[in-house]
Amino acid sequence: MAVTKMPQSASNPQKSQNPVSSEDFSLEALRRGDPLEFARLVDAYSGMIYRLAKRILQNPQDAEDILQETFIKAYNALPRFDGRSRLSTWLYRIATNEALMLLRKKRPPTVSVDSPGGNDADDDGLPLQIVDWCCLPESELMSEEARRHLERSIEALPETLKTVFVLRELEGLSVRETAQVLEISEAAVKTRLHRARLALREALTVYFKERLPQVS
Amino acid sequence: MSPSESCHHLLDSLSAYVDGELSEALCRELERHLADCEDCRVVIDTLKKTIELYRETIAEPEVPADVRARLFQRLKLEDYLD
Repeated sequence: MAVTKMPQSASNPQKSQNPVSSEDFSLEALRRGDPLEFARLVDAYSGMIYRLAKRILQNPQDAEDILQETFIKAYNALPRFDGRSRLSTWLYRIATNEALMLLRKKRPPTVSVDSPGGNDADDDGLPLQIVDWCCLPESELMSEEARRHLERSIEALPETLKTVFVLRELEGLSVRETAQVLEISEAAVKTRLHRARLALREALTVYFKERLPQVS
Repeated sequence: MSPSESCHHLLDSLSAYVDGELSEALCRELERHLADCEDCRVVIDTLKKTIELYRETIAEPEVPADVRARLFQRLKLEDYLD
């Protein structure tokens, strides 16, 4: 089987460039354990797996462990990979499962009655702050402090919302791919993404309303 | 201050509206509502701005060189580490 394209370096496969696909690799070579082809696979997808694990676990050492475990599991399972899903989707599924297992081992999940992440029923119940902060200058909206607040707000999202948010919005997977990775319905992906966005909007509103000019 | 009960079912559609995935009929219903509801206009404007901000400002970390080196070592792929 001919390999027609080389993936770009895995050090920074930006989501918008859609850098690699299953078609960029020889499944035949991967299944028989060809080290060069496997190294190309690792190089192509290690960035996205590391980012995903770091977002879920919020710990660089744990993210590194998940990165290694994901490729060890993938190498062992490749002879049985049927090619029905994209390689990236398959790898994401392994990585997400590994990361969530580690997360639950370290921190048993708690369900809060106030949490919007507990289920997918139509009851998000977020307290909506109605403050228009869009008029703030770009220097305020794009400040380093605002960015850090946004980062912390993403980290604080409930696990079920955060995984969907990271896969869909930060890694650029489609709704269908996100649903396949997490083994949930496409409707659940859309609902959770919407709740994640509303939660972040709420967090930014709390932050920015303190920075609005006071009207006497 | 929070939006009235009558706004809630439309708020559920906001992401689909922002993503351009709402049906034409629901789009028209939402836009009619937005014309009369200042609260929902604020919510949708700040929601759009939130999406714009995280898309523009959230930097995704690269794999550090030492992490990549240890990964290749663990996978016995050191010969392919350039």
